[in-house]
Amino acid sequence: MAQASGLPGVVDRIDERAPRRQTVYVYQAPVRLWHWVTVGCITVLAVTGYLIGSPPPTLSGEASDHYLMGYIRYAHFSAGYVLAVGLVFRLIWAFIGNRYARQIFVLPVWDRMWISGLIYTVKWYMFLVRDPKKYIGHNPAGHASMFGLVLLLVFMICTGFAMYSEGAGRDSWQYAMFGWVFSIFPNSQDVHTWHHLGLWAIVIFVLGHIYAAVREDILSRQSMISSIVSGERVFRDDFRE
Amino acid sequence: MGAPIETFYQVIRRQGISRRSFVKFCSLTAASLGLGANGAATVANALETKPRVPVIWMHGLECTCCSESFIRSAHPLVKDVVLSMISLDYDDTIMAAAGHQADAILQETREKHKGGYILAVEGNPPLNEDGMYCIDGGRPFVEKLKEMAADSMAVIAWGACASWGCVQAAKPNPTHAVPIDKVIRDKPIIKVPGCPPIAEVMTGVVGYVVTFGKLPELDRQGRPKMFYSQRIHDKCYRRPHFDAGQFVEAWDDDGARKGYCLYKMGCKGPTTYNACSTTRWNDGVSFPIQSGHGCIGCSEDAFWDKGSFYDRLTNISAFGVEANADTIGIAAAGAVAAGLAVHAGVTAVRRLTGHDENTPPRG
Repeated sequence: MAQASGLPGVVDRIDERAPRRQTVYVYQAPVRLWHWVTVGCITVLAVTGYLIGSPPPTLSGEASDHYLMGYIRYAHFSAGYVLAVGLVFRLIWAFIGNRYARQIFVLPVWDRMWISGLIYTVKWYMFLVRDPKKYIGHNPAGHASMFGLVLLLVFMICTGFAMYSEGAGRDSWQYAMFGWVFSIFPNSQDVHTWHHLGLWAIVIFVLGHIYAAVREDILSRQSMISSIVSGERVFRDDFRE
Repeated sequence: MGAPIETFYQVIRRQGISRRSFVKFCSLTAASLGLGANGAATVANALETKPRVPVIWMHGLECTCCSESFIRSAHPLVKDVVLSMISLDYDDTIMAAAGHQADAILQETREKHKGGYILAVEGNPPLNEDGMYCIDGGRPFVEKLKEMAADSMAVIAWGACASWGCVQAAKPNPTHAVPIDKVIRDKPIIKVPGCPPIAEVMTGVVGYVVTFGKLPELDRQGRPKMFYSQRIHDKCYRRPHFDAGQFVEAWDDDGARKGYCLYKMGCKGPTTYNACSTTRWNDGVSFPIQSGHGCIGCSEDAFWDKGSFYDRLTNISAFGVEANADTIGIAAAGAVAAGLAVHAGVTAVRRLTGHDENTPPRG
C-alpha cells in the first residue's frame, strides 16, 4: 500500500495525503465533547436502565415517603434526551467539521482499499501480521465498530423514545415521531426486550472499545487515549521500514 | 325479519319504556362514553332518528369468552344493547333460529342491508387445508367470513382471537389461524382485543358506532383510542408503589399483603394497552392486579408466545435454550470480556518473548 501520507507508515485512507508532521489534529473540540458527554450518558443510561429492568430491593413505609423508581426513571430519561440531542448534534457536525468528523457515519464497504485494510487489521488483531498499519482516523476495524455503535444508538434512541411515548401519551410528539416502532413490534413487550438486549450490546461495545484503545495506544505506536482528550494524534517515530 | 326498519326510539317505546327512562339511559350511555355535557342530547337524537343498525355476529375459532363477557355488560346493560340499540340479526350462539333458518338470515341481511350492517367477528379463521379446521354450516368459516365482510359497513374484531390470533394462532399454529385483518382487507376493522375484552368496552364501542354512525378514532393498531390509548400501568392504582420502589418480591410476602407493585412478579401492565385499571371488570368490582395477580397482557399481540405470564421480558429461544435478555447479555459480555483478557494475555506474552520486535518493550 502506498506510503504517501508524508508520515512514515501512516495511512490516510481518505486521500492518501497527510501533512508532514508527527502530530495531526484529528478530533475537533465538538467531537471530543460529544465523546465524553456520550460516555457520561451511556454510563447513566446503562446503570439506570438495568435498575429499571431489575429494580433495587423493595422499600418499606409509606409510598409517599419514597420516589426511588421515579428518580431512576427520571435520570434515565434525562440522560436519554442528552444522548439523543448529542447524536443529532454530532451528525450535524459531520457536515461542518473536518473530514475525520464524517468517518463514523459512513462505512465505505465499496472501497477496495478500505476492505483490504479491514482484512489487514483483523489479521493484526489475530496476531497474523507483525506490524499494525497506522491510521489518522479510526483503523478499519475501529471504523466498523464505531459505525455499528451509531446504528446501535439510533436503535436505542428510537425504541427508547417509542417507550417514552407510551407514558407521554398518544398525542405526544414522541409518539408522532417514534410511534412507528409499534408498527414493527405491535407488542410493546418486544420493544422492551430488544431495548434491554441493546443495553448488553452497548456494554460489549464499551469493553471492546476501551480494550482496543488501550492496546493500540501501546502497540500501534500512535496515541489513542490522549487523542480523545487533546484531539491530537501523535505518531511515534520508530516505524521500521 | 322483513318488517320495516324501526328507529331505536320506536323500538324502545314499543317495549313500554317511558320517555323518562329513555333520557336516563341516554345520559348514562353518554357519561360512560365520556362524551361531555351535550353527549346525552346527541345520544337521544341519534336514537330517535336513526334506524337500528343491523349487526351480524359470527363465530370462528374461539371459546365464546367474548360473548360471555359481552352479556355481563352493566353500563349499558346488554339487554339494552341487544334489544334497543342494535338489531342483532344473527348470533348463532344466542339466537333462537338454527340450521337453514339461521343461515337464511345471513343471506337476507346481506341483500337487504348491503353496505349498511356491522359485522362483529368473534374468533378467527384457520387457513390450512382450505379452512377445513373450522366448518360452519357445512362450509369453511373463512368463506362465510369473506362473504359477509364484503357487504358490510364495518367490521368489529372481538377479542384477542379476531384481533391478533390468540391461542389458536400461537406457535406452532397447526391450523394456520390468522387474525381477521389478514383475510378482510377492504373494510375498516375495529380491533377490540382482550381475552375477553371488557364488557363495557364492547358495548361502549357498539354504542359509539350506533350513536355517531361512524367508527371511533382508532390507534396505529386499529384499536379504539378511547379504551386502548393507555397502559394498565399508567392508570394502575398501585402505580405509586412502583414510583416509590415498593415491590412484591415473592407471592404472599409482606409486600403482597400490603398491595405493593407487582412489577417484579412479571406484571405485564407496563406493556399492555387496555382499560382494566380504569373500567375494571364485573360492573367495576375488580381486575387482576386488584386481586393480587399481575397482568398477563391478554389484549396484546401474540401474548401466548411472549414467554411466561410471569416475565415482563420475552425469553429468547436460541441454540436450544431459553434465556432472558439479562442472561444472554451477561453471558455474551462475559464471553467478550474473557476473550479480551485472553487476547491481552497473548499480546503481553508475545511482547515479552520478543515476537513483537516492532515495539521493543520499554523500561
